[in-house]
Amino acid sequence: MTLTPLLAVERASKRFGAVAALDDVSLEVGAGEFFALLGPSGCGKTTLMRLVAGFERADAGRVLLKGADISNEAPHRRPVNMMFQSYALFPHLNVFDNIAFGLRRQRWAREDVKRRVEELLDIVQLESFGARRTDQLSGGQRQRVALARALAPKPVLLLLDEPLGALDRKLREETQFQLKDIQRRLKTSFIIVTHDQDEALALADRIAVMRAGRIEQIGTPIEIYERPANRFVAGFVGATNLVEGCIEATADGAYFVAPFGRLRREGCALGNGGAAVLSLRPEEIKLAQRSVADGIACVVEDAAFRGETTHVRVKLAGDARLLVSCGRGESFAPGDNVSIVVSSDAGAMFAESSR
Amino acid sequence: MSRLSLGKRLVLAAPYLWISAFFIAPMALIFKISLSQPVEARPPYEPLFSLADGPSLWREKLQRLGFETYRALLDDPLYIDSYLSSLTIAAISTLLTLVVAYPFALAIARSPRYLRPLLLGLAMAPFWTSFLIRVYAWIALLKDEGIINHVLMALHVIDAPLGLYATNTAVVIGIVYSYLPFMLLPLYSALEGQDPSLREAAADLGASPAQVFCRVTLPLSRRGVFAGCLLVFIPAVGEFVIPDLLGGSETLMIGRTLWNEFFSNRDWPMSSAVAVLLLALLIVPLLIAERLRLRAEGEA
Repeated sequence: MTLTPLLAVERASKRFGAVAALDDVSLEVGAGEFFALLGPSGCGKTTLMRLVAGFERADAGRVLLKGADISNEAPHRRPVNMMFQSYALFPHLNVFDNIAFGLRRQRWAREDVKRRVEELLDIVQLESFGARRTDQLSGGQRQRVALARALAPKPVLLLLDEPLGALDRKLREETQFQLKDIQRRLKTSFIIVTHDQDEALALADRIAVMRAGRIEQIGTPIEIYERPANRFVAGFVGATNLVEGCIEATADGAYFVAPFGRLRREGCALGNGGAAVLSLRPEEIKLAQRSVADGIACVVEDAAFRGETTHVRVKLAGDARLLVSCGRGESFAPGDNVSIVVSSDAGAMFAESSR
Repeated sequence: MSRLSLGKRLVLAAPYLWISAFFIAPMALIFKISLSQPVEARPPYEPLFSLADGPSLWREKLQRLGFETYRALLDDPLYIDSYLSSLTIAAISTLLTLVVAYPFALAIARSPRYLRPLLLGLAMAPFWTSFLIRVYAWIALLKDEGIINHVLMALHVIDAPLGLYATNTAVVIGIVYSYLPFMLLPLYSALEGQDPSLREAAADLGASPAQVFCRVTLPLSRRGVFAGCLLVFIPAVGEFVIPDLLGGSETLMIGRTLWNEFFSNRDWPMSSAVAVLLLALLIVPLLIAERLRLRAEGEA
């Protein structure tokens, strides 16, 4: 990131009646960065995006673009464009005129408009669709027109509100790659709002995980996934097993005491007797034969084949259950007596108060 | 037509039967009267056909059948001027009604959802009072010693009364006032359904508030504008009460001419011809417009 970030939101707060949509939120987005705002619905991510676009005014805090305060600029004066969740294509204009809308507001010359619109139709692979009416397009085509329209005036920052939300699963995965490819080619900063953690992990350079108007963690997808800051982030991003227990510090090292057994922990910062939550990803747990050393005995309850992996649910002592991910070639059937092995540095542990 | 059950056919037939019995049949009768000759009798025209005539007389009468009344109508500048003046006054009134009603409709459509029924109800409230009384009230407002002139003179805005009453201006004011709700409702329904994210998208793409209105709000409400203008223009052309009460001797409107022809001159054939021509004048452009609209929609 450069010294002056492209976008900086400083301590922004926004209330709607009694609800705090944004509560003292700060973040920075660098030039050319693909940034994701991830969170469950109602977490304030859309409000934050609308604040940047200029459709909402913060009760407190500032929005800076290239160091200049744009908090009080009207939306049409901000060099920031937005792709709406509903696409908001103008139904009275055809595809060409939709994409040209922003260019014409900036008084581009006729030939330049034509060239730019054709360039964008090419980028989004809709070369021959200029004369189509928007209601003659499929969902995926409408999505691409909306993207082209928002990109046309060469914004320094593009905001995308759930851009893939209305597409079916297969199309969504294809479009993810296209979106990332377009972003990389144009070197425009993208901020994407999504509630879909797969989408955020796949697309973004950095992710801000939000909950109830606050940012819980900002980091790269790997940081967020491997080192979640708290129990909420661990549970929201990716599948995980959240195990409640407490810490037992002994002479030969620290242990996490779970209802089903003791797990050795390395580099445990929590004190003896403290309540803690351990987040274990399904792939961080190994299934092995009963005979293995350091294993905790369990019974296979259920196995769901997922193609490249098999999700196995095991039942442990104290009626605890864990989800374990197995690679191909490993096969377990319900009723098998097996053991789980958890390495001493696997997972992420939080003090229980951080829930 | 595809095969429809008897029940469906009956349901579909009902409105057509209604229109045939209460609109097309009376119109045919009026058309028939317009082709006959005026006489001093009761009714004051010579019936075209009567059952007593018998087939030979029918044929003879059919050969004598002419459009003299229409020829006389088109030769007389009184009628032509009445038509032109009616169309002009109606057009000006329609345009002004649109200009007044649009912000009105926009304000209601953009108000909080729970307030909209109340605001619409208030806009409709004048309908609970007799139309005639409301037009009479305008006399009190507009005449030289009326409220408007009184207030303006008291404020020294004007030295002498404006002389509004008994002019075409008064007629236009009366029409704009009376027909406002007919413009308001279609505009409101066109504006109320607009997706607010379209306006945000336009603003986001650099459109100033004025450009958002001209490029998005207005074009997307064109159906409401079209419907409202028709609902005001068509009855305004044939309006009788407003020009009669608020208009002066200069006010020449076809509704008034028709009334005179019918009640003062007792010339039923002529007044019928005036009515038929008025209908043709209004319905033909309407049909063309509708056809163009359908074609534009089918093409795109």
